[in-house]
Amino acid sequence: MAALKRSNKPVFWSLFGAGGMLAALIGPMLIFITGIAVPPQAMSYERVLVFARHGLGKLAILMVISLFLFHGVHRMYHCLHDFGIHVGPGLKALFHGFAVAGTLVAAYLLIGL
Amino acid sequence: MKTYTRPMAGWWRRNPYYLWYMLREASCLFVTAYALVLLAGLFRLAQGKQAYEAWLQALASPLSLAFHAVALVLVLYHAWTWFRVMPRTMPFLRIGGRRVPDGFIVASAFASSIVLSGALFIAVWQL
Repeated sequence: MAALKRSNKPVFWSLFGAGGMLAALIGPMLIFITGIAVPPQAMSYERVLVFARHGLGKLAILMVISLFLFHGVHRMYHCLHDFGIHVGPGLKALFHGFAVAGTLVAAYLLIGL
Repeated sequence: MKTYTRPMAGWWRRNPYYLWYMLREASCLFVTAYALVLLAGLFRLAQGKQAYEAWLQALASPLSLAFHAVALVLVLYHAWTWFRVMPRTMPFLRIGGRRVPDGFIVASAFASSIVLSGALFIAVWQL
C-alpha cells in the first residue's frame, strides 16, 4: 500500500488558530496602544529598543507579527473561495509564503538589533 | 469540458447573517495590515532613532488613526465571534469527569482577554 501523503492543513490551521487566539486575547489592546494612544514614553526609541533587544521582547514581537500574518493570510485564502475564486496549491503557497516571508524578515531584523 | 457554474456574485449581501460573517472575515485584512505596520516599525527601529521617530510621526497621521480605529472595531468583533465559537472549535474539556459547560468556556475566554489586556495596559503605562 502506498503511504498516504500527509496533509499540511493541520500546520496552517494551527498557525491560523494561534494567531486568531492571540488577536482575540490582546489584539484590540495592542492596536489601541501602538496605533491610537501611542504613549510617548513607553514607545520612545530608547524604551522600544531595550524591549526589542531583550530575548523575551524579541519573542513577543516575533509572535505578534508572525501569528497575525499567518492568521490573516489563512482567512484571506479561504475568503477567495467565498467570492467564487477557485483556489489551488499555487495560491495557497502564495498566501502562506507571504506570512513565511514576513516572519523571516521580522526574525532577521530582531536578530540584528 | 465546460460545466455550468452557478453564479454567486453578491450572495453575502442578501442575508444579514452572511453580512456579519463577511464583516468578521474582513478583520483578516486589518490583522494582516496591522502586522505589516508593526513590521515597518521594527524595520525603522533597526535603521536608527531618526527613522523610528519618522514612523511614530506617520502613526499620528489621520489616515493611520482611521485605519487603527477600524482595525480596533473589527478585531473586537473578531474576538467576540472567536470566543463565542470556542466551545465548538476546541476539544471537549472535562473536569472531574464532567464536561465543562459551554457558557463557562466562553466566560473564561472573555475574562482571560480582559485580564491580559488590563495587564498589558498597566505594564505599558506603569513600567
